Amino acid sequence: MARDTMRLSPTLDVEHHHVRFLGNLVLNLWDCGGQDAFYESYFDSQRDLIFRSVEVLIYVFDVESADTEKDMSHFMGVLEAIDQYSPDAKLFVLIHKMDLVAEEDRESVFLDRQKMILGLATSRFNFAVTFFKTSIWDETLYKAWSGIVYQLVPNVKALEEQLNSLCEICGANEMVLFERATFLVIAHATHAAHSDVHRFEKISNIIKQFKLSCGKTQAQFHGMEVGNSAFTAYIDLFTSNTYIMVILSDSRIHTTTTQINVKAARAAFEAFVP
Amino acid sequence: MISSVPQLTDLTKPRILLMGPRRSGKTSILRVVFQKMPPHETLFLESTHAVDIRLANNNPFLQFQIWDFPGDFFFNRVSRNGGEGGGGGRELGGSMTQEGEGEGPKGRELLDEVGVFGAPAALVFVLDAQDEPYHEALTRLVDLVARGQSVNPSLHVVVFIHKVDGDLFLSDEHKVDCQRDVQHRIAQELRDASLEHVEVSCFLTSIYDHSIFEAFSKIVQRLTHQLPVMENLLNYLISACKMEKSFLFDVVSRLYLATDSNPVDMQTYEMCVDMIDVVVDVSCIYGVKYDAKGEAEGPVYDSDSSSTIHLSNGMVLYLREVDE
Ligand SMILES: Nc1nc2c(ncn2[C@@H]2O[C@H](COP(=O)(O)OP(=O)(O)OP(=O)(O)O)[C@@H](O)[C@H]2O)c(=O)[nH]1
Ligand SMILES: Nc1nc2c(ncn2[C@@H]2O[C@H](COP(=O)(O)OP(=O)(O)OP(=O)(O)O)[C@@H](O)[C@H]2O)c(=O)[nH]1
Ligand SMILES: [Mg+2]
Ligand SMILES: [Mg+2]
Repeated sequence: MARDTMRLSPTLDVEHHHVRFLGNLVLNLWDCGGQDAFYESYFDSQRDLIFRSVEVLIYVFDVESADTEKDMSHFMGVLEAIDQYSPDAKLFVLIHKMDLVAEEDRESVFLDRQKMILGLATSRFNFAVTFFKTSIWDETLYKAWSGIVYQLVPNVKALEEQLNSLCEICGANEMVLFERATFLVIAHATHAAHSDVHRFEKISNIIKQFKLSCGKTQAQFHGMEVGNSAFTAYIDLFTSNTYIMVILSDSRIHTTTTQINVKAARAAFEAFVP
Repeated sequence: MISSVPQLTDLTKPRILLMGPRRSGKTSILRVVFQKMPPHETLFLESTHAVDIRLANNNPFLQFQIWDFPGDFFFNRVSRNGGEGGGGGRELGGSMTQEGEGEGPKGRELLDEVGVFGAPAALVFVLDAQDEPYHEALTRLVDLVARGQSVNPSLHVVVFIHKVDGDLFLSDEHKVDCQRDVQHRIAQELRDASLEHVEVSCFLTSIYDHSIFEAFSKIVQRLTHQLPVMENLLNYLISACKMEKSFLFDVVSRLYLATDSNPVDMQTYEMCVDMIDVVVDVSCIYGVKYDAKGEAEGPVYDSDSSSTIHLSNGMVLYLREVDE
């Protein structure tokens, strides 16, 4: 819940979290406290501990920060340490709390910030950095996480190809794979244009909300079918660690046919996303 | 579904009279249940200055007037002739406009007991549970009951023990205690006023959860003549289809108009309401229809809307549109 974050206290030093993703992919999340004093020890006594074998660095900038210069110098320090210990790490930067910027200025503020950070970083290092503008108050944070996780899914390209051909075979408008525990999108095949770029995040939120209400009755959500005269959406457990969503608008296609096709594809997909 | 000009016949429809002390939450209930206002936005509502009459006609089975009274409403004892209370109602619906709160019967001075209670009606007395002591409010309730009974002996009286949320009402036990206390005191006050024959039902409500919808559903059902028929049909449905429970919903307001005679459990009702949310929300993303100019057209909840949800315990929720 976004509003509960007001009660968070500053992270002291480093907190460790584990998130199991796609069954056997365990993400060890290290939440590093952002107060100045901690940086000193990250760069010094804890340097080796923190920066060795980092797979992914997610660096969060506060867009409203009063001291961008200090933020930048911290970031450069981090890049230097990553360059030294984990040069193959994937780097992501979140320009965060974008809700505090007026909506019409968000894109330009974001681009400015990105340019500034990239300018400094590329003058000294040779990293590819992916930027996201985020806020806990809308879908952007979810989008960023999906984007980050997407780069961590093994064989994601092959997975997408498979999904595309399944979508083709079923005559579906769209097929989306969601990770089972987090409901983050890990792959999608879109064969009919859709104007809402945030639709997957919205679907994910709708389902997560409903899962909560199922939880109250000690039952778990398994799957559903929803439709009106214009479409049928069908969401179901797919492989051991994913849900699949299928969107159909061609009323000649019967959903049972689709379900049979999807079921038949299950085993093949299990090899890509267990 | 919604006629733009209120017809004269609308004014003969049963009334739901929302009364009670100032700031007890009457207008909030109206906004949350019928106009989809998010509960926290009610913090900014202004006090009601004159009786505000709205018409609910979401579907053929949901047809009534809702009268939202100011907290300090006084009956007029002098002018009886102007007592026709239904001066002009406004539609409830997605696109309600704010045309000034004072419309409806022109000013409170036109309303006497006959004008208010002299037609099929339910008096919903909203009591702020967080505003103890309740003494003054309950005196007011009994006064209203007395006035109502004198002109309409079949007046249906309901008390909402409202705002049972937040730090003061964390546990169910707490709520039940409060309900017992209020019920006891109402019975006593009614006895003192020789009105013990009047049946008063109490509901624990809050706009921050489903309780207000559940309570309002019950009131709407009391005002529906077709209720026994619908209940029979639903009983037949569940026995023929081997279902556990069925509800007939008004999709727009999320109120249920009827259910079979198996007991209602709150969680099942909530899950059904949440299911309607899912169906409407998903349809807003993938089920929008476009006309030739590429503009969105028609409601996303339509005559072909349906849904099935499967749960791990073998439970299946099934929703479909039924015609009149
Ligand atoms: N407006 C806005 N506030 C946010 C957002 N994200 C977090 N906050 C607020 O920022 C404050 C600090 O959040 P934390 O998550 O504790 O920040 P942190 O980076 O973990 O801080 P350290 O642990 O000290 O490094 C809290 O009051 C949050 O409610 C956002 O997207 N928008
Ligand atoms: N905690 C809580 N507050 C509520 C609830 N319902 C209404 N309120 C709050 O109560 C206050 C008064 O609400 P109104 O709806 O204006 O009350 P009213 O009875 O119409 O008041 P008058 O028009 O002055 O008679 C608002 O700040 C609402 O947010 C509820 O269920 N729980
Ligand atoms: Mg922290
Ligand atoms: Mg009011």
